[in-house]
Amino acid sequence: MEKLLNEDVTKQVKEYLNPMKSNVKMVLFTQEDPCNTCQETKQLLSEVSELTDKLTLVEKDLNADASDAEKYGITLTPSFVMLDENDDYQGVKFNGIPAGHEINSFLSALMDMSGIDFGLADTIGSSLDNLETPVNIKVFVTLSCPHCPGAVSNAHRLAMSHPNIESEMIEAQTFGEISQKFNVSGVPKIVINDTHELVGNQPIQEYLKTIEAL
Amino acid sequence: MFDFAVESQSEQSIFDQQKHFDFAVIGGGPAGMNAALYAIRKGLSVAVFSLEIGGQLHNTSEVDNYIGIEHTTGGQLSESFHHHVLELGVPIKTGHMVTKLEKPDDFHITLDNGDVYTAQTVLYATGGAPRKLGVKGEDEFANKGVSYCTTCDAPFFKNEHVIVAGGGNSAAESVVDLAAWASKITVVHRSQWRADQIILDQFKDINDLTIHLETQILEIFGDTKMRGVRVLDKTTQEERVIEADGMFVEIGNIPKSKLLDGLVEMNEQHEIIVNRDQETSLEGLYAAGDVTTQPYKQIIISAAEGAVAALAATQYLMHHKK
Repeated sequence: MEKLLNEDVTKQVKEYLNPMKSNVKMVLFTQEDPCNTCQETKQLLSEVSELTDKLTLVEKDLNADASDAEKYGITLTPSFVMLDENDDYQGVKFNGIPAGHEINSFLSALMDMSGIDFGLADTIGSSLDNLETPVNIKVFVTLSCPHCPGAVSNAHRLAMSHPNIESEMIEAQTFGEISQKFNVSGVPKIVINDTHELVGNQPIQEYLKTIEAL
Repeated sequence: MFDFAVESQSEQSIFDQQKHFDFAVIGGGPAGMNAALYAIRKGLSVAVFSLEIGGQLHNTSEVDNYIGIEHTTGGQLSESFHHHVLELGVPIKTGHMVTKLEKPDDFHITLDNGDVYTAQTVLYATGGAPRKLGVKGEDEFANKGVSYCTTCDAPFFKNEHVIVAGGGNSAAESVVDLAAWASKITVVHRSQWRADQIILDQFKDINDLTIHLETQILEIFGDTKMRGVRVLDKTTQEERVIEADGMFVEIGNIPKSKLLDGLVEMNEQHEIIVNRDQETSLEGLYAAGDVTTQPYKQIIISAAEGAVAALAATQYLMHHKK
């Protein structure tokens, strides 16, 4: 099969992931046809996991491995979560292939999950100390959107910063139905707990303000 | 087949160790990147502060007018600028907005997380934000059919009818980009084309394209999403309705100069007034690119202005360095 990552991109990704600190596991859920981009997502994750010994890929079937899917709240395919070195789920999920510009939020999440300090501690400060309600952040993207990876990375970093926060990238073209449900025709669109919306690549403070107002 | 636009990464740890720079650049577009390149080559300590890298370049799909590069995309050109500057060791702080710029003695640059950095000279090169039409319904249907980023949002209008508002290069390029997605495109522009002929020539290959010049958009209407626009034909003075699923507003930009309100001289359009060395009215503060009064908003002009600002700042520092 022809590789998805050409020679130049392979080299870039390898260099990018070189500083990864601890191991990260990706758990990918696919299903038999019809599944738009399941094969390609599997191939991408497989090719990337070959570029560092710190990364492993576990493949699951949405139906055959229903209890795992339920554990991570997976309802769509392709969808994958990242687990830290202790196999703990930190609330970081991607629905759809992170190709195009979105490769950047994917690589950034791998680095963050491996323990590279993403420098948010000062910014977040004590603003999430009293957070008790579960928070779900959906970030709708298109693969041609250059402003989207920043929005996804911010959301994922918040998820990694607090056990009550889960964040998911949703590739809007692959998942047209859910995109329509949330009336998405411009990206990045950030939807918090299915009710509060932000549009555009917002600084982390805007997420925090919205979460505090929930 | 998919492509993969991997962006270079800046080492962030230097910002923990170093809080003062000779030359700080606010903005990550062509002006800011080229200024950083020229400044570090002159031996200045330099840092760049920008929420994201690329600026408006990222809203440009095709770039065919940067001398020496016959064809590239806005994303690729931005990444090549970014990579070049990082290779020279310039620290770039992304993911945060600058919220305050003051000059009690040196310049104080405050980020949205409260971090403060100081610099003896500053280049302000924040570019522009998409200009709005300013008509009824625009805010209501923003991101519900009305979009300001063709590269981001074109995929939502597959096999649909979209309007492009505008008559400059960005509007014409938007038409070309949308042709790959939309089934029908209607251009509405209040005067005549100002776009390059070489882009307009590409229209001949587009199937269902209608162009209404001398036509002004009066209102955007819809229900849960945009359904169309009401327009005035300025030639006949007749009003009519154009039904459409979406609209891309490409009528230029407004300068992102708010941070400097009251700090430097600006014109009525809030563009920053600079002299031939890109100096503003405040000593040590330079401005370059689309945020200035320079009338031709072009990538190469912004980049060149960034170089001028860096060289002028170098001269200034030779005489004033503390």
